Amino acid sequence: MKADPKGVLTGDHFLDGDHACAEGALAAGCRFFGGYPITPSTEVAERFSQRCPQVGAIFIQMEDELGSLASVIGAVWSGRKAMTVTSGPGFSLMMEHIGLAAMTETPLVLVNVQRGGPSTGLPTLTAQADMMQARWGSHGDYEIIALSPNSPQEAFDYTIKAFNLSERYRVPVLLMMDECVGHMTEKVVIPPADRIDLQPRKFYKGPKKKYLPFKPDKDMVPPMVKTGDGYRFHVTGLTHDFRGYPVMSAECQEENVHRLVNKIRLNSDDIVEYEQDQIDGADVVVVAYGITSRVALRAVDLARAEGIKVGVLRLVVVWPFPEKYIRRLAGKVKAFVMPEINYGQVVLELDRCVCGQAEVVLVPHGGGWVHDPEDILHAIRQAARGEKAGQGIVEYSRTKRGQV
Amino acid sequence: MSAPKVAEKPPPEAVEQPPHPMESLLRMERIPHIWCPTCGIGTTVTAFASALEKLKWDLDKVCVVSGIGCTGRVAGYMRLDSFHTTHGRAVAYATGVKLGNPKLKVVVFSGDGDLIAIGGNHFIHAARRNMDMTVICVNNFIYAMTGGQCAPTTPPTGYATTSPYGNFEQPFNIPHLAESCGAVYVARWTALHVRRLTASIMEALQKPGFSVVEVITPCANYWGRINRLGTGLDLMKFYHEHSVIQHGADTRTLDIEFQKDIIVGKFIDRERPTFLEAYNKRLGQMLGDRFEPYEGD
Amino acid sequence: MKYWRRPLDSDEVEVPRGEIHIIADRCKGCGFCVEYCPKSVLEMSEEYNAKGYHPPRVKDPEGCVQCQLCEMLCPDFAIFVLPKEQKEARVEG
Repeated sequence: MKADPKGVLTGDHFLDGDHACAEGALAAGCRFFGGYPITPSTEVAERFSQRCPQVGAIFIQMEDELGSLASVIGAVWSGRKAMTVTSGPGFSLMMEHIGLAAMTETPLVLVNVQRGGPSTGLPTLTAQADMMQARWGSHGDYEIIALSPNSPQEAFDYTIKAFNLSERYRVPVLLMMDECVGHMTEKVVIPPADRIDLQPRKFYKGPKKKYLPFKPDKDMVPPMVKTGDGYRFHVTGLTHDFRGYPVMSAECQEENVHRLVNKIRLNSDDIVEYEQDQIDGADVVVVAYGITSRVALRAVDLARAEGIKVGVLRLVVVWPFPEKYIRRLAGKVKAFVMPEINYGQVVLELDRCVCGQAEVVLVPHGGGWVHDPEDILHAIRQAARGEKAGQGIVEYSRTKRGQV
Repeated sequence: MSAPKVAEKPPPEAVEQPPHPMESLLRMERIPHIWCPTCGIGTTVTAFASALEKLKWDLDKVCVVSGIGCTGRVAGYMRLDSFHTTHGRAVAYATGVKLGNPKLKVVVFSGDGDLIAIGGNHFIHAARRNMDMTVICVNNFIYAMTGGQCAPTTPPTGYATTSPYGNFEQPFNIPHLAESCGAVYVARWTALHVRRLTASIMEALQKPGFSVVEVITPCANYWGRINRLGTGLDLMKFYHEHSVIQHGADTRTLDIEFQKDIIVGKFIDRERPTFLEAYNKRLGQMLGDRFEPYEGD
Repeated sequence: MKYWRRPLDSDEVEVPRGEIHIIADRCKGCGFCVEYCPKSVLEMSEEYNAKGYHPPRVKDPEGCVQCQLCEMLCPDFAIFVLPKEQKEARVEG
């Protein structure tokens, strides 16, 4: 289905990532926002609060992040598309409700504009250190989808993509921005509404008496309903059967939770997305996401100028991780270089998938700034020798301008 | 007609027992419920169901949101669009359900620990905002589901598994809390006052804004047992003898002390604009014709 | 019911009569209905239900006035009262 023109601010704009994200949500049909201010994500809430009366949406600043995500889940069950935004400390507070959303299969979008951590950390400066938390933050077994934009234009586009994925798979989708992209102002082109494709929510259309809220279709996704339509459904965070009623047994756990996990894992071929450049024949592949993927391009250009065969793999969807692709690729290259603005998170996943077939170099950065392309270049140069395959993650040291 | 002999199965040709009048509002496939014998939650649910029937509303438009705990299980037994959410967040969740579709009637049915302890923040803010919802707070002075821990409503000197030397903290006075945060309707009854409770719930449901009905219920297995107060029936008899009806009493005087008189009644019934009324009014003032009042679909 | 004097409208008043239904297997033997019946129509039986509780039994079927207090108080939806055919009130002098 196409976007509702009321929410689409068609035209060429000069916006920062936060503002573009708010516009993306409105274009995607988001009509409820429950949020709490936290630097550097506050602008998304501010813009939404200003725009929502114009599009018939509703904005509420809740009393804390826990209430924010709880109200978002409630609004989704009332039939709306809903989202919230936050950053590190708020993200930690939202963990319980990410689990509730995953368990109750509630489609929603949660934007985390990452900042330096842990704890209060660097509130106004960039980092990419919540990536593992995005995947594993809540307790129990569940799967989510996480995307990583690297520009305000992508903040717009990927917010729409996030809504589409969430509706398609009935899962919370995390948009893992970073402060750099959130506060970077660039040209954002918003197309006309009829050129924006949206995934409609899969509503149940059968007889009311036969409705089983958690009976999956063939794609492992159950159709949804909303309050007020007479289905008298029950939704619980307890392990439940097809009727949505709690059943405290190992069999029910297997039936319920394994499906939630498989819903993403077995559909990951359709969900995984990445961009690649000159991978064929490459000796070194630079794997990056978010703002780092742009910084790395400078290093890659310099390395190519020196004659090193460098390819770039840029992760659009970070979770689920492109495991199958990496496993295939690992046998064909000498080394992977992964710059991240953290002390090693997604690189753990990369190393797991490479499985010793090639060298894996981490170029860490604690946050507060982006990488110096020179560091990535040094790392690429050393990695091109490909001497340390199978020796675990090799960490690049800034001070030593070389591998540790 | 005398009651059938319970030790025998009725003969096949006997008239089939008519259903209980509340069965259309309950998920009968899950009855009998998990609550203990003499638990007052079942009585509160009966009062609530009775109130809904008397109001003759379209029950498709009524939602129940519960938190975690014994009372939190209410959502699972009512045949309405019902949500069993996380601990303490029922009010926030209900805010989302209500704002997502303002035409719904949203009822939060949860326990004292869930609403006032972990959920305290959401409770006070929803009252402040005058969110249009009805909160039925079942107060049994203890955290029963987890085995009998001290609650913010446990009267001083009361024993619990986490106050083994007797509670020394000052408990919350829920009507006072609700009033001071801006609730427009506040009442307290015990599970014994079923008819007055039903009437109060009816009033609370019909009142736009944040209405709170506190229900003092017996918890025999934890509160009663740990404090040697007898059976659930003994607790009910205590409520019978020691509850004093004082409509309109000053909520500051409504503290509940251990084994002393409990003041019940309707305390607050006032008018304030609800969240959506205030939202629509303000934005209408500021944006004029450009603003379409938010009423949901 | 004993009155000090005979009410003036005692010929016109029809005291409702109720038919008590007990769903024995749902009962958890709490005793609320027995304790709070204003006409003392119920008593706990000696029988056991499937869960081992003693459900109530009606000891005075003619005494029920369909006040439905037992139905409202029961925490387990195990007892309810339906209206019986109306009979004229018998007033004792």
